[in-house]
Order: sequence, then structure tokens, then C-alpha cells
Amino acid sequence: MLYVGVSLQFRFHVTGGDFSSAGTASSEIKKVLKKLNVDGVVIKRAVVSLYEAEVNVVAHAFEGDIFVNISSEKISILLKDKGPGIVDISKAMEEGFSTASPQVREMGFGAGMGLPNIKRNSDFMDIQSVVGEGTTLQIEIYINNKNGEQE
Amino acid sequence: MKHDDLKPFHHALKILEDNCIGCVHCMRVCPTDAIRIFSGKAHVDQNRCVDCGECLNACPVDAIVVEQDDFNKIFSFDIRALLVPAILIGQFPEDIVESQILAALHELGFTHIFEVETIVPFLNDVFIDYQNRSNKKPLISSFCPAIVRLIQVRFPSLVGNIAQLKAPLDVAALYVRNLLEKKRGKKGKERSVGVFYVTPCAAKIAAVKSPVSDEEGRINGVINMDFIYNKMLRIISDKKIKPEQSPESVLRSGREILWSVTNGECYYEKGRSLAIDEIHNVINFLERVENGEMDEVDFLELRACDQSCAGGALAPQNRFLTVERLKNRVEKNSNRKNFNTRAFLTKNDISFLLENISVRPISPRSILKLDDDIEKAMVKMESVREMMKLLPNIDCGACGASSCSGLAEDIVKQEGSLDQCIFIQEILVRKNEQFIEHFEKIWGKAKLNRILSVKTNREEL
Ligand SMILES: Nc1ncnc2c1ncn2[C@@H]1O[C@H](COP(=O)(O)OP(=O)(O)OP(=O)(O)O)[C@@H](O)[C@H]1O
Ligand code: SF4
Ligand SMILES: [Mg+2]
Repeated sequence: MLYVGVSLQFRFHVTGGDFSSAGTASSEIKKVLKKLNVDGVVIKRAVVSLYEAEVNVVAHAFEGDIFVNISSEKISILLKDKGPGIVDISKAMEEGFSTASPQVREMGFGAGMGLPNIKRNSDFMDIQSVVGEGTTLQIEIYINNKNGEQE
Repeated sequence: MKHDDLKPFHHALKILEDNCIGCVHCMRVCPTDAIRIFSGKAHVDQNRCVDCGECLNACPVDAIVVEQDDFNKIFSFDIRALLVPAILIGQFPEDIVESQILAALHELGFTHIFEVETIVPFLNDVFIDYQNRSNKKPLISSFCPAIVRLIQVRFPSLVGNIAQLKAPLDVAALYVRNLLEKKRGKKGKERSVGVFYVTPCAAKIAAVKSPVSDEEGRINGVINMDFIYNKMLRIISDKKIKPEQSPESVLRSGREILWSVTNGECYYEKGRSLAIDEIHNVINFLERVENGEMDEVDFLELRACDQSCAGGALAPQNRFLTVERLKNRVEKNSNRKNFNTRAFLTKNDISFLLENISVRPISPRSILKLDDDIEKAMVKMESVREMMKLLPNIDCGACGASSCSGLAEDIVKQEGSLDQCIFIQEILVRKNEQFIEHFEKIWGKAKLNRILSVKTNREEL
């Protein structure tokens, strides 16, 4: 049998403000990666990145969809949300920068560490955003990058 | 499933085929999905089982038992030492004093009795030192053998977080054997030394019989707590032993007798530590540890049983009462002159124990992977997902697997087949009208239609 180009696709829907189900996508993907015998360090990087991205949609946007594609080379994650968008992306990438509302902070989020954390744990990251419309975040984690941090 | 470089686990839990009625109770509670039913009996996948004892507690007909060494084996030794966990003492109400408990054990044939927890103060010093040198966060206790195995099979990425130190039982066994072998007498006329242990659970037996990663155990036999408890109770209640007739007590442990109940280890911890008991709680927590959410925690005390060892499957008394009794005993002992554990260990003892206290790294033994090769695993995963569209998703267990997804995985691993599913059989293969009507009434049109619609593009059925 030839397995050229095998890949697995997953899709999740996220509702803004629904903190109790934030983490559904990342735990589902974790289960899958364990079944695929992916290295623990790689799994952790993917799970951390996806979780932070998922929470951002819940915390900052109205709703969004997550598309995950797993191939033998990489885990590609695409998050598209409808929401306020990000005014200054490079500012948002700074550690400690957050516009989280008091309610969100009460839930234990809003340290401004999410995006930097994704940056640290992923091998590729790209944010596109239109203010007033929404944000698109793309993340990739390479299956064979077992020593962790990028660069 | 093969684990090429690893010896199979030893298991202390056994299913009595004659008693097993093939119900699904054990299969439902198994935290590693190790049980399948076929030919009317439960079968355990030896690579998955962690000897936690959940199945034993769930079995309605006592078909699951814990293996037991022949008690008379103790008499093949001249010196017969017994390692007693404090949990055994906690089985007895406080009006039965320590000296009676000891006397009953002597009466049963033991020459030396040593309370396992006596070694705890020494171990704590070692642990603090170990923790200072370790860069793992959180560090996970190696105390509960069911948890160590659980991590090996379900959380392979966390094996490196388990402290590579022997548990109190193993250290106590080392100490006692070393001590008694010095006392065995003149050359040529040496007396033989047998070291035994009273266990509250199957996991400890399994660990003694096949230590996770170390040399062969130093314990000659294990005695199940429920068994010895009954014998002791008979001796004590026959009034054969009155409190005043009993020999001087040597059960002198203080606060450390709470070590094996929940928070017993955490109590001594300096940093941020958490104690979690009951295996499903532990699993939920380890999921989060694995996600990196707990990197700020220094130490985790994880125990498979609710109320830790007080809830061990072989501990006959109510777990909450056991904890209360042990606390009361600590209270009572606190105004008595305590036995200073550090002081009874000589310099030689300490250096001997330190030389032998570490264990080799613990290896992962993942049971979750569908295949070693990622591409093959992906193909299998895809088939599982395809199959899940077909299966009714009600996890009824009638197929002999724990859940629909369990059956689907069995099928891709060629350990099961689709016609085990009674719904597939009746709805798609036999097209049983009555069954379909019945199914629809209970599970709804949507579910039925979903199954029927998948059929249309699956010619092979
Ligand atoms: N999907 C999004 N839609 C709108 N704004 C976003 C989105 N994701 C991030 N942001 C903006 O970027 C800021 C920084 O995000 P980041 O995840 O780093 O921190 P945070 O979410 O505020 O706090 P933390 O992630 O530490 O809980 C957010 O406060 C928010 O202003
Ligand atoms: S908590 Fe104690 S009794 Fe229960 S399995 Fe672990 S070691 Fe055994
Ligand atoms: Mg965030």
C-alpha cells in the first residue's frame, strides 16, 4: 500500500464567551496526535499553541472556526474568526500586551502571553486581521522538530 | 500489541473464569480500556492493565481477585520479618492498642515487625535533596505503582517527571533485610531471612513481583491485607491477647503514618505541591500537566485510590474511618516520646541506603498509538473515523468493547470486526424491520438515518 499524501482533517466551531468549552479542540487534537505516535514534545507544542489560539477566539471574538490538518510532516492549524480584529498586530505580539475585559481577566486570562506563547511553540505563525471584521491565524508545527523551540 | 524491548508487566489481578458472567461492569470502569468481553468472559490486555483495582471494585460477582502467596511460605524462613504499612494499623479501632496488633502478628508467626513509614523521615531528606538537583516540573511521586504504570501507558511524555527514587516500601525492605542479614548467625549455621509485606492493593503486589525498572525485589512474599486482617481480628477478639499481656510496642511512628493517605507526602513538601487521589481524577489532571498548564507546580502526589491507600481494594475497613483512626493515633502518640527515625539509622545504614535508593529511568509504553509509523497510523485513524460515522455511538458494550470508538480501534488493529456490533447486524445486514422500528423509537430518526445513509456508499457490507 502506498500512503503518499495522507492527511487528516478536523474542524471545530468556537463560540465567543464560551469559556467552559475552550480547550475542546486542543484536547481532541491531543488525543489524535497520541494515537499517531507523535513525539510528546511536539504534541505539547501543538496543544499549547492551539489552546492559546482557541482561547483568544473565545475571549476576544464573536465566533470562529478552527481547521486542523495533520500530515506526516506537520500539523497545520487555521483559525478564522468574526470579531473586532486586531488594530496593531505587532503590539498584540508583545508579551504582556492585552485588551482583555475585566470579565475575561476574572476567568484567569488576559496576561498578554497567549500570542507570544504561540510564537514560541510553533514553527510558523501568521496573523492577518481586518478591524471590525475578524482575524485569521495560521500556525504550523513540524512533526520532526522534537527539540522544541523554533529558530 | 508487542513491546519489543520491554518485559511484560506482572499482574496481580486475576479473573476467575468460572465466576465471570461476562457483564460489562469492569470494562466500563477500566481507566486504560484494558478489558474486552468475548466467549462470555472478561479478558484483560496485559499490556494495558495497571493493576489499579477499579475492576475488582466494580465486579458484581466477585470474579476478580488478587493473587495471593501461600501464607505458609513464611515458615520456610528462620527469620520472618513483616513490613507493615500504617494502613493496616488504621483498620483497627483505637481501643485496640498497637501492642495488641503487634502481638497478633507475632502470634501468626512473624519474628520481626517493622512499620514501613518509619523510614519516611529519612526518605524526606533524600527527596528534598533530589528535588533540589532535579529540573523537572512538576516532579511526580513514584509512590503509587498503579500511577507509575498509568503514566507509562497513557502519558508516555511524562515518564521523565517521575522521581527516580524507590518508594518507602522498597527502602524499608532494603533496610530490614540488610539489618537482619547481619544478625543471621555464625557462618555455616546462618539462619535464612524472609521479608514479607502486607499489601492494601494489587498494584503493590505487581510492583513487588516486577519492579518497574529495577533489579529483582527484596521481598520474599506478599500477604493480602484483608486476609491477614481477618486472622488478626480472630486472635485479638478471642481475647488470646489482652492489652496488658502484649509485648512492648515498637510501632512508634508519628506524623509519618499519614504518609500513605491523601496529602501524606505533600505535607512534607516545601514548594508548591498538590495531592490528587482517585485514578480518574489523576487522569484528568495529568491531561493538563501534559498540556504544560502545570509547569509552575513543584510536586505532585498522585494516588490511584480514593483516599489513597486507605481506599486500597484490599483494605477491609471504610476508607474514611481508616484515615480518621490514623489521625487519632498520631494525636495520641504526639505526647509520647517519639521514636527518632533518623537516629536509629547508623552511618553505615545511611550510606548503604543512599547507594541503593535510585531507580533507573522509567520507560514509556504507550498503548494509545495505532501504529509506530505515523503514516500507517494516519490511515488507521481515518478508518476509525469512517467507522465512527456508522457506529451508533451509544457505547452499549454489547459488542464486547468498551465503547463504539473502542470497537473501531479494535477493528483497525485487527483485533475485532464490525459484525460484533448488534446494531450494524440488525439494521444494515439483516434489515430487521422490528429492530429498526424499535431503534428509531429510542434513539431517534436522525441517528437511524445517519447509519442508513452511510450504508449507501459502503458496498462491502
Ligand atoms: N482572535 C482575536 N481577535 C481579536 N483580538 C485578538 C485576538 N487574539 C488576540 N487578540 C488581541 O491581542 C491581544 C494579545 O493576545 P494574547 O493572546 O497575547 O493575550 P491575551 O489573550 O490578552 O491574554 P492571555 O492570552 O495571556 O490570556 C489580546 O488582548 C487582544 O487584544
Ligand atoms: S493509592 Fe495506595 S492502595 Fe491505591 S493503588 Fe496506589 S499504592 Fe495501592
Ligand atoms: Mg490569549
